[in-house]
Amino acid sequence: MLRPLAALGALLTVVVALSSAHAEETPRRGGELVFVVPSEPPSYDGHREETFGTMHPIAPFYSLLLRIDPTDPKGARIGGDVAESWTISRDHRTYTFKIRKGITFHGGQPLTARDVKASYDHIIFPPEGVASSRKAAYLAFASVAAPDDRTVVFRLKWPSAAALALLASPWNFIYSADRLRQDPHWYETHVDGTGPFVFVEHVKGSHVLGKRNPKYFRPGLPYLDGFRATFVKAASAQIAAIRGERAVTQFRGITPGEREQLEKALGDRVRFQESPWDCTNWIGVNHEKKPFDDKRVRRALTLAIDRWEMSRALSKITIVRDVAGVQVPGTEFATPPAELEKLAGYGRDIEKSRAEARRLLKAAGVPEGFAFTLKNRAIAHPYEPVGVYLIDQWRRIGLNVTQEMIEPAAYFTVLRGGDYEVALDFQCGYLVEPDLDLYKFQSASVSDANYARYQDPALDDLYQKQSRATDKGARIRFVRAFEKRLVDEEAHYLTTLQWHRIIAHLRQLHGWYVTPSHYVNQQLETVWLGD
Amino acid sequence: MTAAGGAVPLEEAAPARRAGWRETARDFARRRPLGAAGAAVIGLMALVAAAAPVLAPYDPLAPDYGAMLARPDAAHWLGTDAFGRDVLSRLVYGPRTALTVGLVAALVGATVGAVIGVASAYFGGAVDLLVERVMDVFLSFPLIILALAVVAVLGHGVGNVVLAITVPMIPRCGRVIRSSALAIRRAAYVDAARAAGFSRRRIILRHMLPNVMAPYLIMLTAFMGQAILLETSLSFLGLGVAEPTPAWGLMLKGAAVDFAETAPWLALAPGLAISLAVFAFNLFGDSLRDALDPRLRTQ
Repeated sequence: MLRPLAALGALLTVVVALSSAHAEETPRRGGELVFVVPSEPPSYDGHREETFGTMHPIAPFYSLLLRIDPTDPKGARIGGDVAESWTISRDHRTYTFKIRKGITFHGGQPLTARDVKASYDHIIFPPEGVASSRKAAYLAFASVAAPDDRTVVFRLKWPSAAALALLASPWNFIYSADRLRQDPHWYETHVDGTGPFVFVEHVKGSHVLGKRNPKYFRPGLPYLDGFRATFVKAASAQIAAIRGERAVTQFRGITPGEREQLEKALGDRVRFQESPWDCTNWIGVNHEKKPFDDKRVRRALTLAIDRWEMSRALSKITIVRDVAGVQVPGTEFATPPAELEKLAGYGRDIEKSRAEARRLLKAAGVPEGFAFTLKNRAIAHPYEPVGVYLIDQWRRIGLNVTQEMIEPAAYFTVLRGGDYEVALDFQCGYLVEPDLDLYKFQSASVSDANYARYQDPALDDLYQKQSRATDKGARIRFVRAFEKRLVDEEAHYLTTLQWHRIIAHLRQLHGWYVTPSHYVNQQLETVWLGD
Repeated sequence: MTAAGGAVPLEEAAPARRAGWRETARDFARRRPLGAAGAAVIGLMALVAAAAPVLAPYDPLAPDYGAMLARPDAAHWLGTDAFGRDVLSRLVYGPRTALTVGLVAALVGATVGAVIGVASAYFGGAVDLLVERVMDVFLSFPLIILALAVVAVLGHGVGNVVLAITVPMIPRCGRVIRSSALAIRRAAYVDAARAAGFSRRRIILRHMLPNVMAPYLIMLTAFMGQAILLETSLSFLGLGVAEPTPAWGLMLKGAAVDFAETAPWLALAPGLAISLAVFAFNLFGDSLRDALDPRLRTQ
């Protein structure tokens, strides 16, 4: 008797769940999505920039070749965007894509394979004077060709497990070949894409406005009439905007304290989505400034940091959480904690580490009370708390560190120009994949995103070896060797903590999922506003 | 010896003895008790700033991650902040930043403004016209907007914050001092100095400037309060001094806002300290103006 009742109950549960899921999935058209962005775009060029300040307000204007499926809550499934289909050769060295018909730029010209080729040439083989932040991730790519209007062919120097992931980068906006030919810098200051929304205006210091693209190639999309990305720097003002229901969300992430505030104030009018975050704060040590050219000094800096206490303390007040190496903890290429503890700065005995740090500083001729400035990004979370923590840690080995906060729009200029001694940098990925997570740390001559300004051919070699490895075990070994050289032996770049993502949004927001990356799901064509 | 007839005794005919500073202070306190209270608070702030290492129960920079956001109790009278730093200790060190920035900015701003104001009044004509129009341009911006613009151009840091606060104060002081100096310019002793062949610099600095000391001092005290408020405002906006420096404006931002509901003590103490400091400077400045203004002196 009990068994049929249980089956009936289960059936009813499934039906109720399906009907509520169906209700959830019946999108409503119209409305303007207002969201806050804590930073302004340094430029509109996704190929050049690395900040959500560009991604969040600008991504809705562009299409990609491939993309992370916005309906996949794990943020890992790759699907076509302007690519209709693709084939991979048997030797895994040729990727051929068929481009959809009927796609037009907002300016009116049709999109062809030539535009895709020009965009990828701009990313992988940028002309002299054009910065491409992620070009170092594409070392395996030998050429891009467009044999006809609907076909794009990528040829690789060696088989790369990361090839499709690299071609699904949310940064790889498809630009017009004609515009790039006329001026390779045009897209830094202008917008013309094929995305679901058309650029209306950018009022500096205020907002970016986008309206529905009536010629968008996905039928029936987008659902929204438009969006307004409002720039609000102060975290308190961002929260106040959501709390006052003047903004629907902020797509980057909020702190546990802010979550608590919104929960109390809005009750069931607010929803939260959480995820581990494929982002880490790194400490960039400028190898061109003395005494930081000495690896003993860099090792001393990393040995002074108690990362385990940092995790316990800062996870309560900001968006950082896990102690990590070069990969998101728990993922297949991540170093297990027991092994991680053997690296400089990860040991559990912090007093022993700090004694070694003091010895190294003395040996390098760095006097007690040596002063330097930590340049930090003027974004409250997690930069400021992480900066305060680091300054205290370095004070404990006799260093006198002051902090200078740099406006977000000027921050990359400072890093790229090498106008710093020590700076708080970051590396965020859109998929957990060693090629994507490690390219930044190759030599400065290879990676435009290496702001520590070092040359290390041995490290570059390890990067290539892990990228080419077809055997998973071998790839793990190369990733570990890369990690050891980067953060321990040479201490080129120093790790802090992995971030944890909490998104708060008003209950009206539908069709958007949190993922481990704040760079994906930002085209917004699946988003709609309910009651 | 007694004076004969209606003759005035020699002692009485001698000029009146100048009152000492103690006597002046006592007289000021008796006549203007509110101003004296303001001065006392300012004095106390200066004393606290100087004796901070002795008065503060903890190192203001030392975090205690076992006591983050602790409520006020016997160990931490004003609680702790998000890093477990003692709020009282940071409050005690706070005036160092506020007073240093306030004093330097007000002193430099008022002095440069006074020199420009006197020089403008002395030269008159095209020089006066040009200087005043430049002043008009600066005066057309609200104090905070001009300070924000200076920080935006020069960047953050204590030096730039001082400059950011100083620049808007120069035209404000210059305008007031100029009006006083215009009257002095026509005084007989200035004409006499000119006739004696003294240089313009000497006339401005030695003969005119000392005679605008009363409005200068009033402006100086008024600016101190404004400068402290500006410094805390810039720090609150993240444009002033940076963490972990103990500064009242900084104590009001960040965690004080994030945890305003669960840890109100983070904002309460620095907020009260800023209000009290600005109130004290305003009280003192107003009383000083009353004391030095001949029209109000008899009231």
